[in-house]
Amino acid sequence: MSNFDFSTKLADAWFPTPLFTASGCASSGKELSQFFDLRSIGAVVTKSIMIKPRSGRPTPRMAETPSGMLNSIGLQGPGIDAFLGDDIPWLLNQGARIIVSIAGETVDEFSTLARRLRGVSGISAVEVNISCPNVENRGQVFACDPDSASAVINSVKMMIGGELPIIAKLSPDVTNIAQIATSVFNAGADAVALINTLLGMVINLETMKPHLGGKTGGLSGPAIRPIAVRAIYQVKEVLPKLPILGMGGVASGRDALELILAGASGVSVGTANFGNPSAVYEIQEDLRKLLIDRGFSSLSDAVGYAHRAGA
Amino acid sequence: LDLMRQLQELDHSSQVRSRCVRFKNGYRMSPINKNANQITATIISNKRIGVYHQLLLEIGEAVRFAKPGNFIAISVGGDYSKMILRRAFAISRIADRGEYRAVELIVAPHGSGSSWLCAQPAGIELNVVVPLGTAFKVPTEPVSALLIGGGYGSAPLFGLAEVLRERGCRVNMLLGASTAAKIYAPLEGKRSVNSLKIYTEDGTGGEIGRVTEPIPDLIRDQQIKVIYSCGPMPMLAAISRIAIEHDVAHQCAVEESMACGVGICMTCVLPVKDLHGEVKMLRSCIDGPVMDGEFVMWESVGKSL
Repeated sequence: MSNFDFSTKLADAWFPTPLFTASGCASSGKELSQFFDLRSIGAVVTKSIMIKPRSGRPTPRMAETPSGMLNSIGLQGPGIDAFLGDDIPWLLNQGARIIVSIAGETVDEFSTLARRLRGVSGISAVEVNISCPNVENRGQVFACDPDSASAVINSVKMMIGGELPIIAKLSPDVTNIAQIATSVFNAGADAVALINTLLGMVINLETMKPHLGGKTGGLSGPAIRPIAVRAIYQVKEVLPKLPILGMGGVASGRDALELILAGASGVSVGTANFGNPSAVYEIQEDLRKLLIDRGFSSLSDAVGYAHRAGA
Repeated sequence: LDLMRQLQELDHSSQVRSRCVRFKNGYRMSPINKNANQITATIISNKRIGVYHQLLLEIGEAVRFAKPGNFIAISVGGDYSKMILRRAFAISRIADRGEYRAVELIVAPHGSGSSWLCAQPAGIELNVVVPLGTAFKVPTEPVSALLIGGGYGSAPLFGLAEVLRERGCRVNMLLGASTAAKIYAPLEGKRSVNSLKIYTEDGTGGEIGRVTEPIPDLIRDQQIKVIYSCGPMPMLAAISRIAIEHDVAHQCAVEESMACGVGICMTCVLPVKDLHGEVKMLRSCIDGPVMDGEFVMWESVGKSL
């Protein structure tokens, strides 16, 4: 069925296919390019970039859990200068589409990062990571509070609104995610990314202390997929026009289809890359087949299909 | 330390260039996963050797790129497993002759993933990514080398010993463990070394004590020019201090828990001095597992920078 339309849009950004790397699970693309052609997927969503280079949290930084894992990286990265100097030109040279993820400790830092991205050509969208759980202060998880979340999105909007679609990445660690989504939508977010990891902890039975160097970590992997599906469904119900980039434990084409049916216009693959470096591409091709098998003539017909009347 | 600059990466193939270029003060970032392949490997044999398992995996063409020090990342648990992460194992020996194009692994069935792997019989197919990481660099001249292994960390040293012997090096080996059952020293491995001494902490095998104790005397008596080590991190740290003190090159294979093995998860980082003398959190899967011991900031391992 060659006339199947697999393309998708996140606000004004168009992508030929709907599968993306999840931020923080593909570095800046180089490592995975050995395993598949980066041009063959929707886009590379880069690791969240901060203003300055950052060395991150102490090791151990990971613990495997049933059908999941905890990570406690703490946004290790090269800083915006090296990122714009090395990583973006490399990705552009590969012909990859790029969504840049940014993270800051203050509203001003997000605003500065947005300003640095203004005028960088070849970027499809900006994902604003206001929900990384691996920060020293829970108060820095902007996405846990509607006012803080909208303050960040508003500042980014003032800097690059209209030039680049702004995707607000939200945390599932809240009582009412639709309320947070509504506040970032009102602040000018063009799309939302659902969901970031959930805060978790593992205690090492030999040391009888928290296992991770940073004590707490973000839970990801198939264990959290039902939470992602629920969050996407709830936000789609309240804000049917707001595009959603879905992620959370997607490890197969059928998993990606669940998120699409719940309301995601695109799907990011994160932890599955760790177990299978070809995962994004394989999941994308599985999803294509599953949609065609179900008689959809386009991806967009399937987005939010679980919300149809009588469903 | 002139000889250290002469250490070169061993190339089995002319297509392979040095993955990690060593400079006077530290590392330059290596090209990433250049020779890695995601392939299906078949278990040729799985034998119990003491408390460990020796697995031989047929990996076909990929064997051409594997070198002592490299590792392999294996999916475990089958299709419906709750174990979502690959397990990384050091390649202990490479067999690219006769009927098999295979790598050998020595696996300790410690956790759920390694136990599953040790329970798999010959004929089982595994999804693997291989080869990964840096390899041991070997001297350009036939010098006297000291190989030090802790527990099953000795496994990759036997493959290295064969390579060093072929190049005319004298190979001295020290193996240590808490108890004799945890010493891995196969008969054919013993034949590839010129001298072998074993240390156990409980005295159940060889001398009582730690492998680090006889190193200074050995360096002097055997005119050791390069040390290779693999084992627990505190052992590697102690050897690094001795190597620096005696002005001997030291190549060590580090161990940090890894989620991906291919450089994307950022969990296996270590504080290492880079090319400019600046300490950075480098990934032990990409810039390691084999590193120059003198550049690893051992006292900062497990701490924030």
